[in-house]
Amino acid sequence: MSFSQSFRLAVKSLATSKMRALLTMLGIIIGVAAVIIIISLGDGMNDMINSEFEKMGTNLLQVQIMGRGTAQNIGEEEMYALEDENPDCIAAMSPSVSSVATVKQGSETLSTTLTGVGEEYIAVKSLELSQGRFIQYIDTARMQDVCVIGSYVNEESFNGAGLGETLSINGNEYTIVGVLAEQADNTSYGGDNSVYIPYTNATRLNGNAVISQYLFTATSEDTNARAKAVIESRLEQFYGDDDYYMVISMSEMMDMMGNIQGTVMTVLVAIAAISLLVGGIGIMNIMLVSVTERTREIGIRKSLGAKGKDIRRQFIIEAGTTSVLGGIIGIVLGVSLAAVAGNIVGITAKASLSAILISTGVSLAVGVIFGYLPANKAAKLNPIDALRYE
Amino acid sequence: MIKFTDVYKIYQMGDTAVHALDGVSFEISDGEFVAIVGQSGSGKSTAMNIIGCLDVPTSGTYELAGVDVSTMDDDQQAVIRNKMLGFIFQQYNLIPTLNVLENVELPLLYGGMPASERRSRAMKALDMVGLSSKYRNRPNQLSGGQQQRVSIARALAGNPGVILADEPTGALDSRTGREVLSFLQQLNAAGHTIVLITHDNSIAVRAQRIIRLQDGRIIYDGDAHDPRAVVQPTESGAEEPAGFGEEDEA
Repeated sequence: MSFSQSFRLAVKSLATSKMRALLTMLGIIIGVAAVIIIISLGDGMNDMINSEFEKMGTNLLQVQIMGRGTAQNIGEEEMYALEDENPDCIAAMSPSVSSVATVKQGSETLSTTLTGVGEEYIAVKSLELSQGRFIQYIDTARMQDVCVIGSYVNEESFNGAGLGETLSINGNEYTIVGVLAEQADNTSYGGDNSVYIPYTNATRLNGNAVISQYLFTATSEDTNARAKAVIESRLEQFYGDDDYYMVISMSEMMDMMGNIQGTVMTVLVAIAAISLLVGGIGIMNIMLVSVTERTREIGIRKSLGAKGKDIRRQFIIEAGTTSVLGGIIGIVLGVSLAAVAGNIVGITAKASLSAILISTGVSLAVGVIFGYLPANKAAKLNPIDALRYE
Repeated sequence: MIKFTDVYKIYQMGDTAVHALDGVSFEISDGEFVAIVGQSGSGKSTAMNIIGCLDVPTSGTYELAGVDVSTMDDDQQAVIRNKMLGFIFQQYNLIPTLNVLENVELPLLYGGMPASERRSRAMKALDMVGLSSKYRNRPNQLSGGQQQRVSIARALAGNPGVILADEPTGALDSRTGREVLSFLQQLNAAGHTIVLITHDNSIAVRAQRIIRLQDGRIIYDGDAHDPRAVVQPTESGAEEPAGFGEEDEA
């Protein structure tokens, strides 16, 4: 008997008991749907994290100076020197000084982030100006009272006409010389709600404290590691101990995040796969019942010349068809649920073709493996006993 | 040709060995219509299982068309059943989920016949039993007599040399039973070897030859119209000693 005939027989016998077939498939449906949802959302999340990292700049190196109390700390001159000495791997550098000074527009206090930066900060962070100019060398050298504002501050406090106006920072009037283009989503908690001043001013506002953060960019992804090594060796030379500083590479962070996420995904998929296993056992269970119920039919078929392998194939194909059908329903369900869930969490869920192919393959394998035992039982039935079975 | 040579079938029931067939030898030539008769426990079902290649003898040989089939394995026996034997059962044994045509096609399907040929052969067999118009019906939509005719068509479809009928009228009323029997006679007239298994003398006499079994032994083998063929010495009580009936008959 050919495969297509066996397949048709299997579909026919499934069609005669649709409710039972559906219940048998349920385990597989849930298992496959769970796997698809997890993989789709996981991939979507991965994409989102990657694009966030890329926005920050994958070539970004963040240097954190913890310092060693009262002893001398490395200064910005050394950092600028580092940039000048290594043009092959370092593209730009800027101190980044967070300040907690009070920012007022007229009598109104703004709740915004105030950062002291160097002139290359705009390049380091890949920011864009929409109006005016950015902080320049002359501003930092002369500690000029100028500032650049984010698009949110411009919209909220100046109705979009902030250029040339002034902000009061700790009582000093700062002239707004530039407005940045919208870079995030123009909300109060995004990157657009910020005010930038020369880092020298910020340091003074902070009581001449040590600059604790520098941002570097490597010239390309390939020079990332070299740039990191150059910076680290300079810091090592200065401090002699890596407890006092830390260099974080965004691409390394990205890899690390990727690894963590991969592990989490594997665990989740493994958990979801357990329900596939349970589904397989469900199929085995129903197939065993079905073999018992159809003992007489098996006897008849054998009396008409069906060989053991014909019977075995019929039941294996039936089990395989059941689970593949369940798998397909599970894929459809999983893809649509993942899309809905992705919408709710704000992730673009994408079901990869490989995930779909693998789930189909796995459900087929589950059906065939768990169908084998009942099928073999059917194949080995003695035709005389089977014919006499009531 | 069916040839039993000193066939034994011994079942082990706990400590005791039950001799279902106790040294049985006979020959059935091609084209014969033979009834194997006996009461329950006489060994006729065992004989039919062995003739039908559903079982193998404990010892002795069974040759079918000159081939010793008593030592074949399951798959080889399946091929013999498929090509050389057609079964008609008391309970019709049609598969309820398949329609009439599909039921009749089954032996051809397992024989590996292509679909179009299978269909035309099955329709021809249904035509012979006068049921070609019902080919799309399910078995449970037919009467008992019609179902038995479908099972005859199924037995005929593969054009086997031997048709084995196991109590073919057992589940039918007497009128439809007679119809089925005259059908078997027609088939015999058309050249098929028919082996009819029954406990009922009135049915057995429709054959040409009767082989009567009792306690695993042949107690009569000859013309169905001989008065001795229908004598049933132990019919009144199965508890009677085994040898008693034989003596009485002799």
